[in-house]
Amino acid sequence: MREVAVVSFAQAPSVRRQDELNEVEILMPVVQEAVARSGIGSKEIGFTVSGSCDYLAGQPFAFVSGLDAVGAWPPIQESHVEMDGAWALYEAWVRLQHGDVDSALVYSFGKSSLGDLPDVLVHQLDPYVLAPLWPDSVSLAALQARAWLETGHEEEEMAQVVARSRRAALSNPNAQLAGEPSVPELLAAPHLVSPLRRHDCPPISDGAAALVLAAGDLARRVCERPAWIVGIDHRAEAHGLGVRDLAASPSASMAASNAGGAGGVQVAELHAPFSHQELILSEAMGLGPDTEVNPSGGALAANPMMVAGLIRVGEAARRVMDGSATRVLAHATSGPCLQQNLVCVMEGR
Amino acid sequence: MSGAGGSGEPVLSIRNHIRLDYRFTAGRAQSRFLRAIAQGKILGQRCPACLKVYVPVRGACPACGVPTEEEVEVADRGTVTTFCVVNVPFYGQRIKIPYVSATILLDGADIGLMHLVQEVEAADVHMGMRVEAVWCDPSDMGPSLESIRYFRPSGEPDAPYESYKAYV
Repeated sequence: MREVAVVSFAQAPSVRRQDELNEVEILMPVVQEAVARSGIGSKEIGFTVSGSCDYLAGQPFAFVSGLDAVGAWPPIQESHVEMDGAWALYEAWVRLQHGDVDSALVYSFGKSSLGDLPDVLVHQLDPYVLAPLWPDSVSLAALQARAWLETGHEEEEMAQVVARSRRAALSNPNAQLAGEPSVPELLAAPHLVSPLRRHDCPPISDGAAALVLAAGDLARRVCERPAWIVGIDHRAEAHGLGVRDLAASPSASMAASNAGGAGGVQVAELHAPFSHQELILSEAMGLGPDTEVNPSGGALAANPMMVAGLIRVGEAARRVMDGSATRVLAHATSGPCLQQNLVCVMEGR
Repeated sequence: MSGAGGSGEPVLSIRNHIRLDYRFTAGRAQSRFLRAIAQGKILGQRCPACLKVYVPVRGACPACGVPTEEEVEVADRGTVTTFCVVNVPFYGQRIKIPYVSATILLDGADIGLMHLVQEVEAADVHMGMRVEAVWCDPSDMGPSLESIRYFRPSGEPDAPYESYKAYV
């Protein structure tokens, strides 16, 4: 495999509702910052790929306008996935394996504030038998949380995840929710959709992120300490929720194993929008007590749709690039109840 | 649901009503454009890199990928660079066919603006024709391109092809 590394990352601060700026205006400074930090000229980038979802904007081909932020003239090699930007990163990594281009720009953006997100997400479900019932995303996550609790867990464990996320987010300037709530305080809050409390759910966020990948010698030349991708894999489970064991995540387990495993991982950034999902994922991937999980606060602190997974890769890569970690793991999820999972393991050398 | 009445007939379709409401964000640049057009002014923005003036403004130069900040008011008259004659009736059509939809290069702009050309026989519209905006009554003006009802021939001589060939 060709050596490929993350050499720069940038993100917009996540906010509940960015009323003043449209998607391109949120995205453009982020793309410019990522490209500038990469030390690779914007016209020298070999491949550009983005992740976003037209349902968030309510406009067909809304993703095309994102290209305004890139400068697609003379014509560029470009692609798009209707997925979180982490899957765009996967495509970029595959593209760089071809060997004819040495760098790639990956970006994603999402303005969830334009519509009613839990209802918008209904339309990722089976359109014939499930979507007509309008099961919203929080209710489906609650079904999963219940299934997981029934395997011998306590709501207190979920509250501990939230307390740690909020505390960690205090040092993340891009986070939306931060604070120092105690576990008893959290447990005293009423249920939103039992067994989930409001704080067990992710905030609704507007945001954008971008990173630059470079291969081999180019990465070494432009970056003092590139975050080398040593393994990346993604797996999907069945679309029908009824045929899955919602309390476990075999797809996350397999993706982590194929990406090199959790052994020696110092920092893991997990895309767990709901508190119980972090615990399902940690167990599925075999993360041990020596791994620091979601020092950014994770998706409970900021969850821009289609972006939060790419942010996990960027946050983890940043820890390698700044020298504070040597082996990190980033995870992204998509679909209802952790249906699809991507794991990317990176190392500094 | 329709079809299959329990008789073993295939289910050929289902009806699933979906309504999702969105609140569009025009954004900083387009908001300025829309506010200006409500006042009878057409705003463009100049790209700091290629110096082209974009109308309507987008806040970015899609060719260079850089923000555009310098605002330029462009004229409400220009040149037809290309056009088509609409002869097809469709649901919701408000104008009698045949009518002309044209790309108009406003004086001072570097990108054509799509609008209607009226007060002229469709057969007489041609490339290079000089046209001017016919605005709505002030009471009907709002933050929409519909504040311009249409363009009509201005009576000026045709623009030479050389003057707009880069924009066709």
